[in-house]
Amino acid sequence: MLELRNLDAGYGKVQVLRDLSLHARPGEILCLLGRNGAGKSTLMKSIMGLVRAQAGSIWLDGQRIDQLPAWQVPRLGIGYIPQGRRLFNEMTVAENLQIGLMARRKGADVRENVLNMFPRLRDRLNQRADTLSGGEQQMLATARALCLEPGVLLLDEPTEGLQPSMISLIRAAVVALRKQGVAIVLVEQRVEAVLQVADRVTFVENGQCVLTVTPSELHADESLLHRYVGV
Amino acid sequence: MDFGPHLLLAMLEGLVQASVLTLTALGLSLVFGVMRVVNVAHGEFFMLGAVLAWWITFLVGGPPALAFIVALLVAPLLVGTIAAAADWLVLRRIDYDPERTIVATIGLLYIIQQLTLMSYGPDARPVAPPFNTRLALPWFEFGSGGVQIYWPWGLSITSYKLFVIFAALLTGLALWAVMARSRLGLILRATQQDRETAQAFGVPVERVYALVFGLGAALAALGATLVVPIQQAHYLMGGDPLLLSFIVVIIGGLGSLRGTVVAAILIGMSDGIISVFFSPTLAKMLATLLVAMVLVFRPQGLFGSKPA
Repeated sequence: MLELRNLDAGYGKVQVLRDLSLHARPGEILCLLGRNGAGKSTLMKSIMGLVRAQAGSIWLDGQRIDQLPAWQVPRLGIGYIPQGRRLFNEMTVAENLQIGLMARRKGADVRENVLNMFPRLRDRLNQRADTLSGGEQQMLATARALCLEPGVLLLDEPTEGLQPSMISLIRAAVVALRKQGVAIVLVEQRVEAVLQVADRVTFVENGQCVLTVTPSELHADESLLHRYVGV
Repeated sequence: MDFGPHLLLAMLEGLVQASVLTLTALGLSLVFGVMRVVNVAHGEFFMLGAVLAWWITFLVGGPPALAFIVALLVAPLLVGTIAAAADWLVLRRIDYDPERTIVATIGLLYIIQQLTLMSYGPDARPVAPPFNTRLALPWFEFGSGGVQIYWPWGLSITSYKLFVIFAALLTGLALWAVMARSRLGLILRATQQDRETAQAFGVPVERVYALVFGLGAALAALGATLVVPIQQAHYLMGGDPLLLSFIVVIIGGLGSLRGTVVAAILIGMSDGIISVFFSPTLAKMLATLLVAMVLVFRPQGLFGSKPA
């Protein structure tokens, strides 16, 4: 289980996250909703150690991880799909996957499983990442993170700028991972997409988790969306 | 000597210079490409390589070939280790901030230079080449009786200079193989392209930086060890390689290893040829003029990518 306890984090003297606490259990999808600038992406980066915690702590399966160097965090099994994909654009699809595999010394069998999930990538293995379509790039970003065989997967706006068929594909992959027991933290702007897959929804405002509800509770009180997301 | 043989001689001298320059500039380009650090102390790592090569051959003694082989292996290794330690002690602590790394490497430049002056002294000292057979080269002339081969007086190259060209070629190919085909190369390229994402996939970026800074300095030291039997080791010898390496890296395209090799051959060859026919000063003037033109008409260099 991933757990954040009273976390403060930010960039230099600018504090973004304030006394933030949340947890994500294995086999559940926790969705984070909030306005732009609420601190959702900073929260993801803090978990990955890319933004250092100033106070509070982050725990993974009982092990404190916020004091580890950033490069050790993925080796514990936390996969990260950053906003904007952040592929290694000058590398081929195969090389991008290789970077994912190397993180936890996974082999060809893991790569096969991942390629079976996204067969379109198999035909593009020797193609440079920046020559792929937007949807294919998102598949690659997801596949690269899955090469770690993560126990926790962080997705930062994975459907941003994608066509509906591609969104369905990514959603199906996320749901399949939940079935496998992966704890998923999903930052998403599309509320309807969140409601279809989420087990719990947490609203982030001014760097704090202000409210956690189930999708049915959210359906029952849609004013929450207006209050915290502005839709 | 006729113009033809004279030109061939100048080209061969230029090729030797280009070979050493390629190694030195590859080091600078690698450090800038992966770390985005402008290493002003790069020329001093070159000088340190030459001085250590002298010291090692002096300490080892015995046949020049044996002493030189030891120097060729140990001097770059020592310089690489010193550079990696400098990265760990200085650059890492200022978080590789672009402006502060320039100031820090200027500091390193003076520290290395003055420590060398204090310990090695102000004298220029030669290293005996491991072998130095003079090889006469033929020239061809088309006359009334067909092609005639003759051996012009003075048209020759030493076996050692051929070795320098061969060693630089071999090192360049090895570096290409590491970057393009190995796991380490994949890690270096990932770090170069996106430091933060590389970390998010388990790449220990700070260790990679120390390795790259060490490797860049070791390449300069290798170039210096190769050149020290031709030139001499001196504590002020780092200036020219630094200037030429910057010229090469700017013309080739910042961080582009392919561009660095092409530009090093271009600058090294032209430097050699112009130096032989005119003067070394004119060669440097023309090279700097070329940099100015590249900066005006193609700021990203020959093989660099345009900033987004």
